[in-house]
Amino acid sequence: MSVQDRIVITGIGLTSPNGNSLAEFRQNLLDGKSGVVNYETRYIGPVLAGVCNFDELRYQKKKDIRRGTRAGSIAVYCANEAVRDSGLNWPSVARDRVGVYIGITEHGNVETENEIYEISKFQYDTKVWSHHHNPRTVANNAAGEVTLNMGITGPHLTLGAACAAGNAGFIQAAQMLRLDEVDIAIAGGVSESIRTFGIFASFSAQGALATHEDPTKACRPFDINRNGIVVAEGGGICTVERLPDALARGAKIYAEIIGYAMNSDARDFVLPDANRQAECMQLAMKRAKINADQIDIVSSHATATEQGDIEEASALRRIFGDSKAVINNTKSFIGHAMGAAGALEMLGNLPSFDDGIAHATINLDDVDPRCALPNLVINQPRELGNVSCILNNSFGMLGINSVVILRKFVG
Amino acid sequence: MTSDQIRQVILEILERIAPDEDLTDLDDVRPFREQMELDSMDFLDIVMELRKMYRIQIPEEDYSNLNTMAGTVEYLLPRLKDVAVGA
Repeated sequence: MSVQDRIVITGIGLTSPNGNSLAEFRQNLLDGKSGVVNYETRYIGPVLAGVCNFDELRYQKKKDIRRGTRAGSIAVYCANEAVRDSGLNWPSVARDRVGVYIGITEHGNVETENEIYEISKFQYDTKVWSHHHNPRTVANNAAGEVTLNMGITGPHLTLGAACAAGNAGFIQAAQMLRLDEVDIAIAGGVSESIRTFGIFASFSAQGALATHEDPTKACRPFDINRNGIVVAEGGGICTVERLPDALARGAKIYAEIIGYAMNSDARDFVLPDANRQAECMQLAMKRAKINADQIDIVSSHATATEQGDIEEASALRRIFGDSKAVINNTKSFIGHAMGAAGALEMLGNLPSFDDGIAHATINLDDVDPRCALPNLVINQPRELGNVSCILNNSFGMLGINSVVILRKFVG
Repeated sequence: MTSDQIRQVILEILERIAPDEDLTDLDDVRPFREQMELDSMDFLDIVMELRKMYRIQIPEEDYSNLNTMAGTVEYLLPRLKDVAVGA
């Protein structure tokens, strides 16, 4: 591989239900602190959710927030935080050489529900349907709002990839950098999904919405008593650059993206497929030119649904059953942040390159034998010493799978 | 509604659609756009708010009457004269 094709992460911005910076998020993951709370939704009433509480006005005016979307606000916050963290001299950056690639699970549901609710107060008179509806619901909204806010004139895409979307943002960034389409990519994933009752209602109808008297114990991947998904909002966005560019400006390099893969199950609308998941992980490792023994931490996708956890555990046993890799899960802390899940789960693990610790999967009191895994990090963080490689799984409906592999950068 | 009452309604609409603006010294005879950030989508918000609040339909050819506070009040006065405040 040419040095120009080596892709690195140089800045991080995030908001999660348990932290609005990487340091805060990481500390809460190590401390076992959940971000899941009781939450009220329109029509349904009380549910459980991962809710973010970041400073919306740090980078936006009140009018921007009113006019745009929650996904847009999350993306704007995270993108600005990432650029600030990157040390880039933003005023001198050629904005036509910056690309914005943000993964998202779904978009437009929140805004459409809001408008229908609004016109319901006017006997469904469509003349009071907002002229803001279209710019809010176009599929490029979140990434587009970032370009408007930051004056970026390069390409932007919001990548619809169900819950595999967070990884997809980074993969698109790496590809566009390698193609020399851009010099800097602002990439990751976001979710506003807790603002639509439809997500909750649909998971509930599917028998896949978690319930628990203690919100912090509701998300229980791999546990025998798991009963479904906790929906969360959030965002994880990074500045991504070619290695020589990052080195030339003396950037802090968090990690190198050494491998990735995406594939499709081609089998079912909702049920996952361990075979295709395993193939996706294998393909990412092949491209990274490493084998399973070289992975230190596997960040699992498991959402705490019945079949989803069983399928992923099966795929993980097949590939990592005899390896040293430890397996953890971030959703157990924050719920399923949908389009942001892959990004947040990768970023929450990233500090292990520095501290040598794998955070746990919490709420795992009684492992489902069908989800048994040799190296699950259960309820307490584990000291690993040196951590060199992290593999991050992210899977979604319609059978979309994505895997990203990060390696610690040693200059 | 009286002129003063209509002016107050418009002011409250402007505060909602331009929440970052200080409207304390709004000059009634100068165009809104010279005194605040107000683009075409914001302007449509004024029209939409009036539609929602008073079921008043303002045709596009009349939009120029709404460039200033004084013009807006003058335009709305005959159309809202039989409407009670808060209706």
